[in-house]
Amino acid sequence: MKEMIETKKKFPWGTLILSALAFLCAGVLVQRYVYGLGAMTNMSDGRGWGLWISFDLYCGVALAAGGFTLAAIVHVFNMEKYHSVVRPAILTAFLGYLLVVLALLVDLGQPWYIWRMIFNPNIHSPLYEVGWCVMLYTAVLALEMSPALFERLKWRIPLRIIGFIQIPLIIAGIVISTGHQNSLGSMLLIMTHSLDPLWYTPIIPALFFVSAVAVGPAMVIFEGTLSGGVFGHKISREVFTGLGRIVSGILVVYLIMRVVDVAVAGELDRLFNSYPQNVYWWIEIVGGVVLPIILFNIPKVQQSGKGMFIAALLYIVLGLSLNRFIVSSIWLVIRPGYTYFPSWQEFAVSIGLVAWALMMFQIAVRLLPITKQHTEEEAKSEHGAPEATPAS
Amino acid sequence: MAYGVLFDGTRCIGCRACSVACKSWNENPAVIEKTPSVEGGIQGKAVVSDKTFTFMRYKEIGEGDDFKWAFAKIQCMHCLKPGCETACIVGALHRSSKTGAVTYDQSKCIGCRYCMVACPFGIPTYQWEERMPWIRKCTFCSNRWNEEELDHVPACVTACPTRALQFGERDGLIAEAHRRIDESKAADPAGVGKYVDHVYGEKEVGGTAWMYISSVDMTELDMPKLSEEPVTKNARTAMGTLPYYATGMLILMASIYFVTKRKQKIAAGKHEEKKG
Ligand code: SF4
Ligand code: SF4
Repeated sequence: MKEMIETKKKFPWGTLILSALAFLCAGVLVQRYVYGLGAMTNMSDGRGWGLWISFDLYCGVALAAGGFTLAAIVHVFNMEKYHSVVRPAILTAFLGYLLVVLALLVDLGQPWYIWRMIFNPNIHSPLYEVGWCVMLYTAVLALEMSPALFERLKWRIPLRIIGFIQIPLIIAGIVISTGHQNSLGSMLLIMTHSLDPLWYTPIIPALFFVSAVAVGPAMVIFEGTLSGGVFGHKISREVFTGLGRIVSGILVVYLIMRVVDVAVAGELDRLFNSYPQNVYWWIEIVGGVVLPIILFNIPKVQQSGKGMFIAALLYIVLGLSLNRFIVSSIWLVIRPGYTYFPSWQEFAVSIGLVAWALMMFQIAVRLLPITKQHTEEEAKSEHGAPEATPAS
Repeated sequence: MAYGVLFDGTRCIGCRACSVACKSWNENPAVIEKTPSVEGGIQGKAVVSDKTFTFMRYKEIGEGDDFKWAFAKIQCMHCLKPGCETACIVGALHRSSKTGAVTYDQSKCIGCRYCMVACPFGIPTYQWEERMPWIRKCTFCSNRWNEEELDHVPACVTACPTRALQFGERDGLIAEAHRRIDESKAADPAGVGKYVDHVYGEKEVGGTAWMYISSVDMTELDMPKLSEEPVTKNARTAMGTLPYYATGMLILMASIYFVTKRKQKIAAGKHEEKKG
């Protein structure tokens, strides 16, 4: 409780900025629905998919991968050590998916007809799979989150029901969400000629899958470092180091896949003479993959919170997000005669939605037992506010 | 059986009657350009849009000191294996195996615009200015002809004064195209003829209903250089593996769970034993 009172005293600049961004976003959304997409975006026939698809869908879904990676690590691989971070990871994933859903409802030209996909399935369309995965996995994440709510409300019967189906639920979540990561890659398989050959490959779904698995723990390190200060709960060094090792292990696999893929396609020469595409490739691979692998394995970095944070950030920004931007926008051919740079309204929507998600995260962490999992007995005996309990 | 159109660049005079006919049949308004585009000479704005399903592309092709005009009529190619059809989440784009026309049904569309990104020719366009926008593209005039009788060929074809556009069964058109190329070769003492020996669209991305022969390579007219493999192949394969992927993942995760749980129990058991 003491911590809460202390945080209340400080002027909430963060909250103020977040709410300003959130309200700006709401205003822009009014413009979008009243005047249509053309009036407030720079999208055109040449570039039918803009910032929202690259950032909110492609990066958003990938960055929410912590939900399934951590759920798998803790509940399927039974590595108890990481128990303390699984719930924040699932909450992040849940909010991330809500954000994706909202962004899609903004981006779709006819969002009010979204139900049509239920009655007119095209099972050959990778987007059809994406659509179902978004819906199902959001529902699964809501269920995975629900124990936090039930614990708070001390509803024991639903808590028991969820506890009973927890493992099947988590496994279903893993199947659906990994399928989702793959299918976002499959969507690009149709762009045989428009996606640059350095990135177009028949194994792009697999690359999406592996890079998403790696970003899960990286996001936990990233958020854990940030929220460690904000929410007053500390994640032990050991957990961080372990997560870093997991990331670097998966990244080694990813790196091999990327390089071998280019070699098998016989395009190694492109790495040197397809300027400027090759520069992007090198930045992505060296800065975003090789460097984090090295950093995560240097003992000195493992000891420093800042070092781990930077290593995770490098992969998140250069290794993953840059990759998703490249394949869904930067090196996806634009129709001749067009250019594209997002309008300020497009930025406002993307940033504003993140602001909404962050505020929801703050509220959820205050109100629900997120940073600490309560056992039923604890929930019974406890009367104080659970948010002040530091996680051990 | 499917139909197609053969465009013969050596017959086209660039009169744009086809574009006008298209506008009038589809009741598409004229698009007045604020800044006239000079790119490519006198062709005007060189893009398809929600109000322009087809246009004539003009290119000045250098020939020694001189140059010649080359033309290409740009519209939906009505692919045999359309990227747009496989892409569409709700099956709003559909190729009729009877006519070969790839048509759009707005009563299914949700406006995701995947078709626009998936089309290798960059054809589907969007009503960006509308509050409730739909996809728009060439329909092959499938709302004009009667599938049984084929009494009305596409509007653009009827308008062409030089028969540079020829409508017919696709197989017949391919034979006709090769016949014209071969004949011209035979008539030329040098054995070259007036055509480039390539029927664009015969094999590209698995074949298209619209096909082109011309005195210049079609890629010089900014038609994309495409391989013969349908763009839909890899995506369809990936979607086909989905059930196996899901089952495999399910079994893998479940077995890992049971193995690790068992190990845990054994470890816990040992712990107990030691204690006791
Ligand atoms: S040209 Fe494009 S829009 Fe036309 S059928 Fe082929 S993929 Fe579809
Ligand atoms: S925009 Fe409409 S027609 Fe195009 S892929 Fe999406 S749902 Fe299908």
